[in-house]
Amino acid sequence: MIYWQLFYTFFKIGLFGFGGGLAILSLIQMEVEQYGWMTQQEFVDIVAVSQVTPGPIGINCATYVGYTIGGFWGSVLTTSAIVLPSLIIMLSVCKAYFWLNNRFSGNPYFEQTLRMLRFTVIGLIASAALMLMKPTTFIDLISWIIFGAVAFFTILPQVYKNKVTETLSHPILLIVLSGIAGYMIYA
Amino acid sequence: MFWQLFYTYLKIGTFTLGGGYAMLPLIQREVVDRKGWIDEKEFLNMIALAQAAPGLIAVNSAIFIGWRVGGWKGVAGAVLGAVLPSFLIILAIAMVFSEWKELPAVEAVFKGVRPAVVALIAAPLVKMARAALKNRDDSLEISGYLPLLISLVAALLIWLGHVNPVWVITATILITLVVVDIVERRRK
Repeated sequence: MIYWQLFYTFFKIGLFGFGGGLAILSLIQMEVEQYGWMTQQEFVDIVAVSQVTPGPIGINCATYVGYTIGGFWGSVLTTSAIVLPSLIIMLSVCKAYFWLNNRFSGNPYFEQTLRMLRFTVIGLIASAALMLMKPTTFIDLISWIIFGAVAFFTILPQVYKNKVTETLSHPILLIVLSGIAGYMIYA
Repeated sequence: MFWQLFYTYLKIGTFTLGGGYAMLPLIQREVVDRKGWIDEKEFLNMIALAQAAPGLIAVNSAIFIGWRVGGWKGVAGAVLGAVLPSFLIILAIAMVFSEWKELPAVEAVFKGVRPAVVALIAAPLVKMARAALKNRDDSLEISGYLPLLISLVAALLIWLGHVNPVWVITATILITLVVVDIVERRRK
């Protein structure tokens, strides 16, 4: 039963996961919370681990959630389930590639739907961040200082672009520095 | 062809940090510049399709390139190569981490990391909103900053209304199709 739930959930996430890894996070979060598979804190920890390990964030999350809930076979199942819709859809796209290219570029229905989905995806990612802004994640003032500093260094290269700001905006560097800060402050 | 695609994607999957988007330039270097499997124009078309289709961009691109280069065997090789490194690394971490996470030192590190993760999810929104607004098209009669209202409504529905994102996506698709249909009919 739990295996069927895992498969069905991650198949759905793969099928509706428009806009790549970050947008998929809000889908995973909602499902995982609804089933009570893990706490919000555990979910944030998984996202943190996913961001500092190689590979697509969606695969990392699927594997981790699958292992936590259903052991080794759980992780095999969730990872396959999130890939399966892509296989079905992208293979159809490949088979119809030339037909699609002539038919869909410039088609107002297709182009406008994609354009509107981009704005929905922005909302999805915003909701993922908002749902994580809870006392379990933000325990004190220092949490907000870390949040502010990381947001500042991530946005900085867009305002003031040079080699130094680009290097400082690297997500892995920022996570490692936050981890060191956490160790020094809380341990 | 299975092994060539498997090996190429395995190499890219093992050495790129930072998710699917970070993999695209490496895929381009290997597949277009080094191996010459497909040309640059087709690669750019591939990215557009991989982004438009649901699912993970890295996996979608692996399927497309696998198919164009080696048919079914190519797809199997590329997808396994793209997925396997993350799968194995996360599996190893998940096995170890379930025992470590009670340690006070590990908990302290994660107390620092958690707000950083939220910032890393939220901060790219500025860039994404600017890019989405630049890609403007006034034929639907919503222009300027108005489309961001869609983002706001979507975020509020999910955050406060606990609506499943699946429904928000479905509603976006259906409403857009209806509105475009009305506009197109009126034009004729």
